Amino acid sequence: MSRLAGVFEACRAESRAALIGYLPAGYPTVDGSKDVLRAMVGSGCDVVEVGLPYSDPVMDGPTIQRASERALREGFRVRDLFGIVESVAAAGGRAVVMTYWNPVLKYGADAFARDLAAAGGLGLITPDLVPDEAEEWLAASEAHDLDRIFLVAPSSTEERIDLNARSSRGFLYATSVMGVTGARDVVSSAAPELVRRVREHTTMPVAVGLGVRSGAQAAELAAFADGVIVGSAFVTAVETDTVAALATELAEGVRQVPSPA
Amino acid sequence: MSRGQLAPTPHDPDDRGHFGPWGGRYMPEALIAAVDELAAFYEKARIDPEFLDEFFRLLRDYAGRPSLLTEAPKFAAHAGGARIFLKREDLNHTGSHKINNVLGQALLTKRMGKKRVIAETGAGQHGVATATACALMGLDCVIYMGEVDTERQALNVARMRLLGAEVIPVKTGSRTLKDAINEALRDWVANVDDTHYLLGTAAGPHPFPVLVRDFHRVIGIEARAQVLEQAGRLPDVVAACVGGGSNAIGIFHGFIDDPSVRLVGLEPGGDGIDTDRHGATLTVGTPGSLHGAMSYVMQDEDGQIREAHSISAGLDYPGVGPEHAHLKDTGRAEYRPVTDAEAMEAFALLSRTEGIIPAIESSHALAGALVLGRELGPDGLIVVNLSGRGDKDMDTAIKWFGLGVES
Repeated sequence: MSRLAGVFEACRAESRAALIGYLPAGYPTVDGSKDVLRAMVGSGCDVVEVGLPYSDPVMDGPTIQRASERALREGFRVRDLFGIVESVAAAGGRAVVMTYWNPVLKYGADAFARDLAAAGGLGLITPDLVPDEAEEWLAASEAHDLDRIFLVAPSSTEERIDLNARSSRGFLYATSVMGVTGARDVVSSAAPELVRRVREHTTMPVAVGLGVRSGAQAAELAAFADGVIVGSAFVTAVETDTVAALATELAEGVRQVPSPA
Repeated sequence: MSRGQLAPTPHDPDDRGHFGPWGGRYMPEALIAAVDELAAFYEKARIDPEFLDEFFRLLRDYAGRPSLLTEAPKFAAHAGGARIFLKREDLNHTGSHKINNVLGQALLTKRMGKKRVIAETGAGQHGVATATACALMGLDCVIYMGEVDTERQALNVARMRLLGAEVIPVKTGSRTLKDAINEALRDWVANVDDTHYLLGTAAGPHPFPVLVRDFHRVIGIEARAQVLEQAGRLPDVVAACVGGGSNAIGIFHGFIDDPSVRLVGLEPGGDGIDTDRHGATLTVGTPGSLHGAMSYVMQDEDGQIREAHSISAGLDYPGVGPEHAHLKDTGRAEYRPVTDAEAMEAFALLSRTEGIIPAIESSHALAGALVLGRELGPDGLIVVNLSGRGDKDMDTAIKWFGLGVES
């Protein structure tokens, strides 16, 4: 049974999408990121994604790259991640971790799963680990009852959508545009088509990410996705001290009844 | 030239690109379709007579192959009297071995119907070669180069721009080769429909380690035939520098089935492997995933990738191709570090004794040969892959040796 099933079911019962907010752990500092994540939870994020800052973030655009670099410069260590996750859980939030694979590999996949589960984390999103190479992670996540979130992209074939859906637990992460992370003015038209294709393969919740920064965009995605993922916009909001206001706006967005097209 | 160069071998990885536990695809899902497509096109091309004809015609008539094998007796006098032969990849068009791979991948790009090519470069050799192939074949070309490298290799930046390429200085991370690869990967994710990532070394996700190796196998095939003809026997040692490892894997494969031939890779030892300023990945690295493959990497205890340091921009990389990791584990090849100082000494020695100015990358292999020659003694025979020429390194040489005009 998925650790995140409950939150998606509750959102579905309210006829709305879940709001999933992202922040790199340790940004702007370890304690600072705990405060920001608590504000995100308190202002309407149903799930928070805690990013693990990494030296070579090939899937991230400039905003998250800079935030990750800053966290590492401030001395962030992988062991700090678990305390941050714990603080989200203590505040009544639901945390999943998003990380490139090498730090998990170095920590030990099983040890990482054990410590994440012990901290109250619910799962892991792995942007550069595909199911084809995930044997060790499939075993570790089962052993410690964690959700595993793989990604699908507009370029994914039907076979690969199927493989990623079968290998995931909790939800499936659909990247709505081809590209790296970063807020965009226009949310791609590729997203509804990708979600439609995914639904032919699975009944699992599908969350859409990459590019969302406003309540209106969140509402647009909420019309067809089960979860709306917002990352870079939260990082920017930390700089302008508007995290709670952004979360509130996005939470209203995912609750808007979509107007008929 | 042998047309069997691209043919499947018993040394190929499994169909998901694993050499033992190494290699594979540690990649964003968004790029899997592109590497699948590339693998499918390559599997067809490597046995397609039309593709092979076109590739070999370009290697002969455009790149200038076969490259010479030159004996270097006055240089060898400093190596305990062992005979040393140089495989002259420096004489190829654009001045290094890199042209072999770019011609092959540019042909594949056209076959796939893509119009735009992106590439990373460290020293600029791969960038210049890529810009050259794109000019020849009418492809749009964007080169990512770390800002630090654009400064120490300014001449190559000018060459690439003259050839019509757009050169983008990368200002993130350590601003060297690994960050240029990160930026190229970001571009590829966003533009994969019309863009081929022309990776310059035998690393990255499957099928790059195989196809880059195969496009360079011509080096080893030629060298083996040439040394048999000129010396009448196989060498005791084949030596090559290893950053990502493309020139080394190309020449190694010519001798991989000759058990009497030792294959020795020379890694950038920077200030020394007892310092934290080097790039000797196979000597002191640990297993990790970087840029799409499992291999040895330089990383800290958190799995953060460390910056490599080398006087040679082309070897300044904290990872290495997965087949080298496999050859290290099986013991078929051995790897040793060479410091900046040792490499620069060999750079000057070859220039003075033989009238050949080598690339600083290749100078690591030459420095290794000096040591190996003394180990082998006067009966020894070594083939060194002289992977590139040193014209591009004059700024570094001026600073190192104080060659500037006195004011």
